[in-house]
Amino acid sequence: MIDTTDASAPPIDQISVRNLTMAYGDFVVMRDLNFDVSPGEVFVIMGGSGCGKSTLMRHLLGMIEPATGEIFYGGESFTAASRAIRASYLRRFGVLFQGGALWSSMTLAENIALPLEEYTGLGVAEIRDVASLKLALVGLRGFEDYYPSEISGGMRKRAGLARAMALDPEILFVDEPSAGLDPISSRLLDDLILELRESLGTTFVVVTHELASIFAIASKAIFLDTVTRTATAIGPPAELRDHSQDPAVRSFLRRGEEEHE
Amino acid sequence: MVSGRSGKPAQSPDLAKVSLQRDGDQLVVGLAGTWQISAHLPGTTAVEAALDGPPAPAGIEFDSVGIEGWDSTVVTFLMGVEDAADKRSIPVDHAGLPDGVRRLVELARAVPERGTRTEEPKGSPLARIGRQGLKVYDGAVGELEFLGEAARAFNAFLRGKARYRKSDLRLLIQQAGADALGIASLVSLLFGLILAFVGAVQLQQFGAAIYVADLVGVGMVRDMAAFMTAIIVAGRSGAAYAAQIGTMRVTEEIDALRTTGISPMEFLVVPRVMALVLMMPLLTVYADLMGILGGYLVGVGILDLTPRAYIQQTMNAVNMTHFFPGVIKGTIYGLLVALAGCKQGMAAGNSASAVGDAATRAVVNGVVAIIVACGVAQVISYVFGI
Repeated sequence: MIDTTDASAPPIDQISVRNLTMAYGDFVVMRDLNFDVSPGEVFVIMGGSGCGKSTLMRHLLGMIEPATGEIFYGGESFTAASRAIRASYLRRFGVLFQGGALWSSMTLAENIALPLEEYTGLGVAEIRDVASLKLALVGLRGFEDYYPSEISGGMRKRAGLARAMALDPEILFVDEPSAGLDPISSRLLDDLILELRESLGTTFVVVTHELASIFAIASKAIFLDTVTRTATAIGPPAELRDHSQDPAVRSFLRRGEEEHE
Repeated sequence: MVSGRSGKPAQSPDLAKVSLQRDGDQLVVGLAGTWQISAHLPGTTAVEAALDGPPAPAGIEFDSVGIEGWDSTVVTFLMGVEDAADKRSIPVDHAGLPDGVRRLVELARAVPERGTRTEEPKGSPLARIGRQGLKVYDGAVGELEFLGEAARAFNAFLRGKARYRKSDLRLLIQQAGADALGIASLVSLLFGLILAFVGAVQLQQFGAAIYVADLVGVGMVRDMAAFMTAIIVAGRSGAAYAAQIGTMRVTEEIDALRTTGISPMEFLVVPRVMALVLMMPLLTVYADLMGILGGYLVGVGILDLTPRAYIQQTMNAVNMTHFFPGVIKGTIYGLLVALAGCKQGMAAGNSASAVGDAATRAVVNGVVAIIVACGVAQVISYVFGI
C-alpha cells in the first residue's frame, strides 16, 4: 500500500455537521442536521426515497453549498475552506457513485490509474501494478483492459469501489451500494465494505434505504424524515428499531410492519 | 394490469354503456356491457351534466347488474365520476359496484396525494415578463460563469498545467479533422459548383464568364469555405460534444472527476476546444481547394473556359488578404462551435431527453454564433477596408 497522505496533515479524526440546512433555491430539503462520525465507523444515511440522502452526501463532498450551517473535518471547517484546501481534502476521500460512474472512455485500469497519476509520483508500471491490485481486491483480477461498457452492472460497481480506493482514502463515501444489484452481489458489496473497514480502518459514509444492508454494515445510522424535513433519529440501527421514540423510524426499520410486543 | 375480469368476454361483447336514472334525490349511474381497454371508454360529461342538475342530486349510487365484464377501464371512468362528485361535494356510495371494482377504486383513492409537482404559477402578464426576464438573466450569468471557468482552464492549459489525457486529444483531433474530410469535400465541392452556376448566369450576359473564377475563388477562400465547414462541424462535433458531456453528467462521471479533484473543464472541455481550434483552419484550407475545384469543373466543363485560363484567373484573383481572413474566421467559428457544444453538455439535465435537447441546442447555438460572428467579421472588414 502506498502512503498518499501528506506527512503534515493529521488524520481526519472526526466528521462533524453542525446546523446544516440543505435547500434548492427556496425549497428546503432538510434543516438543522447535527451529527458526528468517528473514525472507523460505517455511518449510514437512511430515509425514504427523495428525502435528501444523496443531497446530504453531496454536501459532505462540497459539491453543493449548504444554505446554512457548517461541515467540519477533523475540527477544520470544510465549508469555509478555500478551493485549494478543499481539493486537499478531496484527495483523502473516495467516492463510489450509484452506477459506479466509471469514465466510459477508459479501461478499468486507466480509471484507477487517473487518481494515482494525479496525486502520486508513481511510474507507469507501478501504477499499473497498483491498479491490478485494487481490481483484485474487489474480485476483478484480469479485467484491467476491459471497458466499463463490457462488464455487468455489479462488476462496474465493484470497479467503481476499486477506483474509490485507489488512493487508500481515509473516508469512503458510498451512494446506494445495493441499487440495481441482485441480493447476492449486494451482499458481497456489503461484505467488502466491512472487510475494508476491518483491514484498512477506512471510515465509511453510506447512503442507502436497503434494510438488509443497513443492519449488516451500519455501526451508526441517521434517519432523515421526509415529513418533518429533519433528522429524527441517530444511533445503531438495531437499537433504533427496538427503542426509537419516533414511530416513523421504528416503522421504517421494520418495513412498515406492525410491532409485535 | 388488472386481472379482475368477471367471466370471459362474450363472443360479440356489448360495448360499455352508462345509463343515468333518478331515485328520489339520488343519482343512479347504471353500468352495463363489457368494459374493455381495447374498446370504447364512455366519458363523464353526461354524469357531470346530471350532477349540475337541476335539481342537483344529494348523492350518487351505482347499479352494475348489467355489467358483463370489466378491466381497469371501468375504474378509470369511476375515478372521473368521483372527481366530478368531489368537486361538487356530493357523496358517492360504492355499494352497488362489483366487489373487485370497489376494492380497486378504494385502492386508487387511498394513495395519499403527495409530491404533486408545483406548476409554475401563471400570474399576471407583468409577473410572467418578470420571470422570463429573470430566466434570461440567469442564463446570461450561467454563460458568463462557463466562459470564466473555460478561460481559467485555458490559462492552466497554456501554462502546461491542465490535466487532460493526450490520447483523448489525439482521438478528438482525428474525429474532428480527418473523419470530417469526406463530408467537407462533398459540401464544399458542391458549394463551389453552385457558386459558379449562380455567377455564370449573370456574368455570361456580359460575356464575362471568365470572372466566375474570381467569384468562386474569392468567395470560397474569403468566407464561404470557413462558413460551410463550420456549419458541418457544428452538426458533427458540436452535437457530439454536447451529447458526450451530457451523458457523462447523467452517469455521474463528471461528479466523479470533480471528487477526484480533476477539473472537468480541463479534462473534457479543453481537449475538445483545442481539437476544433486546431482542425478548423486545416479543414478551411481544404474546403478552399475543394470549392475552387467545384468552380473549375463548371468553368471548364460547361462554360468552355480553358483549364489554363481558369487557373490563371483564380491565381490572379485570390491573394493572402483573402486567404488569412478566411482561415482566421474558420478558427474563430471552431472555437464558438466547441464552446457552444461543451456548454450545453455541461448544462444538460439529468435524463435521456435532456441530453437530446442539449445536442439540439448545441447545434442551434453553434450555427447562430457562426452567423453572428460572420456578420461582425463582414462589418469589420468593410470598415477597415481589409
